Amino acid sequence: MQIEENNDDVTLDLATMMEGDEGAVNEVHIPVLDDLDPDSDSDVIEDTTSQQDHREADDITVNITDITGEGLGDGIITEDMSILSQRIDETILILSNLKSLREEGMSRIDYMKSLKSDLCSYYGYNGFMISKLMQIFSIPELKAFLDACEMPRPIVIRANPIKTRRRELAQTLINRGVNLDPVGDWSKVGLVVYKSQVPIGATPEYLSGHYMLQGASSMVPVMALAPKEGERILDMCAAPGGKTTYIAALMKNTGVLMANDINRDRTKSLVGNIYRMGVKNTVICHYDGRSFPDKVTGGFDRVLLDAACSGTGVISKDPSVKTSKDNLDIKRCTTLQKQLILSAIDSVNHKSSSSIIVYSTCSVFIDENEQVIDYALRKRYVKLVPIDLGIGREGFVKFRDKKFHPSLKLCKRFYPHVQNFDGFFVAKLKKLENGERKKVEKKEVDSEDSD
Amino acid sequence: MRPLTVEETKIFFEKLSKFIGDNIRHLIDRQDGNYSFRLHKERVYYLNEELLTNSLSVSRKQLISVGSCFGKFTAGKKFRLHITALEYLSQYATGKVWVKSGAEQSFLYGNNVLKSGVGRLSDSISQHQGIVVFNMANLPLGFGVAAKSTQECRHSDPGTIIVLHQADIGEYIRNEDNLI
Repeated sequence: MQIEENNDDVTLDLATMMEGDEGAVNEVHIPVLDDLDPDSDSDVIEDTTSQQDHREADDITVNITDITGEGLGDGIITEDMSILSQRIDETILILSNLKSLREEGMSRIDYMKSLKSDLCSYYGYNGFMISKLMQIFSIPELKAFLDACEMPRPIVIRANPIKTRRRELAQTLINRGVNLDPVGDWSKVGLVVYKSQVPIGATPEYLSGHYMLQGASSMVPVMALAPKEGERILDMCAAPGGKTTYIAALMKNTGVLMANDINRDRTKSLVGNIYRMGVKNTVICHYDGRSFPDKVTGGFDRVLLDAACSGTGVISKDPSVKTSKDNLDIKRCTTLQKQLILSAIDSVNHKSSSSIIVYSTCSVFIDENEQVIDYALRKRYVKLVPIDLGIGREGFVKFRDKKFHPSLKLCKRFYPHVQNFDGFFVAKLKKLENGERKKVEKKEVDSEDSD
Repeated sequence: MRPLTVEETKIFFEKLSKFIGDNIRHLIDRQDGNYSFRLHKERVYYLNEELLTNSLSVSRKQLISVGSCFGKFTAGKKFRLHITALEYLSQYATGKVWVKSGAEQSFLYGNNVLKSGVGRLSDSISQHQGIVVFNMANLPLGFGVAAKSTQECRHSDPGTIIVLHQADIGEYIRNEDNLI
């Protein structure tokens, strides 16, 4: 008897959801709707929502097959998605107030499990990614993050001060029928493009290097690096050159900028952008970043390390990340990143007036960010320095069972759902002394950490 | 990387002088530093002393580019200018042609400049002289060779070719893999 009731509830649910969408379906279910007392209507719906979650998936599939029988055909997938999305919202609601909303016999863990599998199938991630992201974000924030990852980020261009000024560029582009605005108070060179009648990547101004198509997220690490005229700077993972050309512009084409990338094919786009933007102070080479400083050269004033990463902050650009990553991939990334950051630190001259290392990734995972910086702090004589930009969230100081150095709050994190940037991470380090941090001190740091 | 031999310098300067004439000396005698031309993998690079010392630590195999690339020597020991030299060429060019906005796109796709597309051209262009092509907003778009002198141009039909295309900035998209 009970099972039948349950079934009715679900049909009712479906019918209310599809109201207005499909006449035939409505007709079929109208008797059920008529049975309801108008006063108790809202109560019933609430009941169904809370019951729906723990109900076996079988019930719902049964109903869907019923609908197919009535000739809905193409609608299945979308309906399926809307059921999922509704169930996700409900589970999140229940989790926010577990005490009063939960069903008898359902624990938080049960709800989390069902939410996880629903998120996986609704957004198309693998289980590993969702559980990783669940560790970083609270549940409502996770939903916001996942939703933001489905949307494209706004197109941002960076005016090239070597060739033009932002105001002039904006005027020329407006004359070509481009609708744009300054990107925000934090940047003097960024412009957001809302709408364009011409392809923004092929105007004569673009070809002459007056601007670069560059996400807001790749301007921040360079601003953190704050290069000065006449310095010797290394960009370890340079291709395709968005950050490199920005560094050169801030150096006003003086000094020496070494642009390195491990991949020979990717250096072609690097060369293209460097010449197009009128940059003349670069040495372009392709080494493995880890061969600095021993096999190539060191003693730089500043080093930018935009390390290779899992790309979990740029899912909107490359959705393949959703399913292609597993624990081993992340581990491989972190190992490489740890080696790279030590090379980067060793390549800096600690006696220089600046001796700055900026580490950035387009990943949101703690393993690839805070943990790498924490590792560097333990292994080398470096300290974190604040990034004065007025935007971004603080880095994590502790995460699950791990405690990091308290200064890690000086790192900056950016998220698609907060700043509408790609998700990424920036840390600014200052080198104090050469060589490896001695074991004695390392123990001290360890004991501090474990306290 | 090595300095150019006498023979190479002669071929290179001959080509360069077609575009910028005597202004070559402005490239060599500069107030703001000691600049020179260097050869690396048959490419000629223009760089200052600071860049030169920094590029020495990079092995020949791993070095891709340093300073600005002007062009390369072909297998037949002729010199071919690349679009990457446009900045210096446009700065010192002796022969200039400005194209109308309608003809701009056609030139950027690699076509020659026709009389109908020319908005303005400098006086005293001689035939086969190197020409830098600008749009009406004075943006350098590329370069080529004059098919006719200024005098002949005045009396020619709208359909005649004025500048034979050699390189244009559209190559940054079309031909990104072979820029230098």
